[in-house]
Amino acid sequence: MYENLIYLDNAAATRLDERVLEAMKPYFFDVYAVATSQFGYSIGLDAREALDSARARIAAVLGASPDEFIFTSGDTESSNLAIKGVALALGEKKGRHIITSPIEDFPVLHSVRALERQGFQATYLRVDETGRVDLDHLRESITPETILVSIQTANQEIGTLQDIKAIGEICREKGVLFHTDATHAFTRVPLDVREIPVDLVTVSAHTIHGPRGIGGLYIRKGTPIRKVLDGGFQEFDLRPGVENIPGAVGFATAVELVTPEETARLQKMRDRLQERLLNEVPHTRLNGHPVHRLPHNANVSFRFIEGESLLLHLDMRGFAVSTGSACFSRSLEASHVILGIGGDHERAHGSVRFTFGRYNKEEDVDQIVEAIKEVVRELRRISPLGKEKE
Amino acid sequence: MPLPYSEIVMEHFRNPRNVGRIEDADAKAIEGSPACGDMVAVYLKVDPETQVITDIKFESYGCASNIATGSIITELAKGKTLEEAKKISWEEASKALGGLPPVKVHCSVLAVDGLRAAIQNYEERHGLVKEREPTTVEFVRKRLKHVMNPVVGLDIVRTKLVKEIEVQDGVVRVVLDLPSDHMFASAMKEDIEEKLGHRWDVKQVIVEFTE
Repeated sequence: MYENLIYLDNAAATRLDERVLEAMKPYFFDVYAVATSQFGYSIGLDAREALDSARARIAAVLGASPDEFIFTSGDTESSNLAIKGVALALGEKKGRHIITSPIEDFPVLHSVRALERQGFQATYLRVDETGRVDLDHLRESITPETILVSIQTANQEIGTLQDIKAIGEICREKGVLFHTDATHAFTRVPLDVREIPVDLVTVSAHTIHGPRGIGGLYIRKGTPIRKVLDGGFQEFDLRPGVENIPGAVGFATAVELVTPEETARLQKMRDRLQERLLNEVPHTRLNGHPVHRLPHNANVSFRFIEGESLLLHLDMRGFAVSTGSACFSRSLEASHVILGIGGDHERAHGSVRFTFGRYNKEEDVDQIVEAIKEVVRELRRISPLGKEKE
Repeated sequence: MPLPYSEIVMEHFRNPRNVGRIEDADAKAIEGSPACGDMVAVYLKVDPETQVITDIKFESYGCASNIATGSIITELAKGKTLEEAKKISWEEASKALGGLPPVKVHCSVLAVDGLRAAIQNYEERHGLVKEREPTTVEFVRKRLKHVMNPVVGLDIVRTKLVKEIEVQDGVVRVVLDLPSDHMFASAMKEDIEEKLGHRWDVKQVIVEFTE
């Protein structure tokens, strides 16, 4: 049905890779049992082995040991567990202060807000106009009451990469736990917990051509954390519920299918798109950092027009992209990321995010650039804004 | 699943009628702003004898429903007298478009307000209006009927979200019967500030929530 669609919203969801599906299939139809304890029946032992192996394969890519990685239902649950779980463990013992940034994705931002409603204090670090957090502000914000710093690895909209090594070192030096949401960075940029002093890392399969409904959380050995869902004793007694073994196997397969060569190919397409849009469409600007950004993300604001109209016109021409416009968001609010880096509403409403994935082809770039030029010209003709500049 | 827009909306979105400016317009108005996400400019040519709108054009910065409503109101208003055109309501515009999704009604109200503001602009320019209306509690209530509750696509007065209105020394205070973390709380707050903040006698607009 959508074989001719040019899909550039891979940060939202990705097409499943057939090889991932093939790897998952046996765990739906053949080894379909739960993972039993080591004294269980054979089919349950095989399921256990598959789960442990998937865990070990993903942990290896993170530079972690297998017992430091637990599976969850996705990045939303992982970040909820990281933040609320640490708050449960340390809120009484150490303090009730958390540090984050105003441009985090909603799982982090809304988990922190939920804790604020329960009496926790939060500091939202200053970010510069490219979206990078102010490290001096971080240093001076940490108090003896601070229990956690949560700063993303890469931004979901503008793709800006944070210096998580420097952030981790500051946290380590001050004795504060550090969580990073790496949902959009994992496998596309290097992240090794042996090199980066980070205690908790959120990852998910849905951004890397894996299945939806499976994600994970790296938890460094010895990190004080309590479970937030109550139930059985699965996942080292941190995440109860029947294990999603097909999902876990699919996630591990998806992780291993990402190669540096592929990421370089996506970056080449991204670079060409960005360069053509900025050079050939007047009144545009790049959102996010020009260098420190995700290799497969471009985010451009088109002045004088509103993103939902642009998105609809592109949809009618067979392209799928995303926008920071209020009309497009479920809460009718403009992108908190663009506003958070000091952009005005017009820049947020006119922002478009392009994210590349495995199934994009070189020629997609020129096709969408031509379509955008046409649509932007038409919408600017209709718009009351920007006329005096011509 | 198809888009929640009717065929008529999509047709007007693709091919909006009467787009552009009238350089020697007899009246014009701009409603909304980039900050609120939608903006409509309306230009009128009016026959001074008959008060009939002989030409009308619009410009839109906004989403599909904003562009489509701008387009349809120009069609509805053309050839009508100012008095007749004043009575065009967003319900009528919405009906002519084959209906709008509840969360998008806000954008169509703006286009209708643009038409009314342009007519008012004509009346002011041609000495057809009395004094400027002061901002009273009643006036605020009337304006709030143009702020939509995106959950149902009806205004916040009709859906009983307005708990309190207070006007004192140029400060307008509106209390909405909603928790402050409701998913549309910020959107409605911005809309109210936008509708009242630019009034000649309003210094400040405060929107509060019950929880």
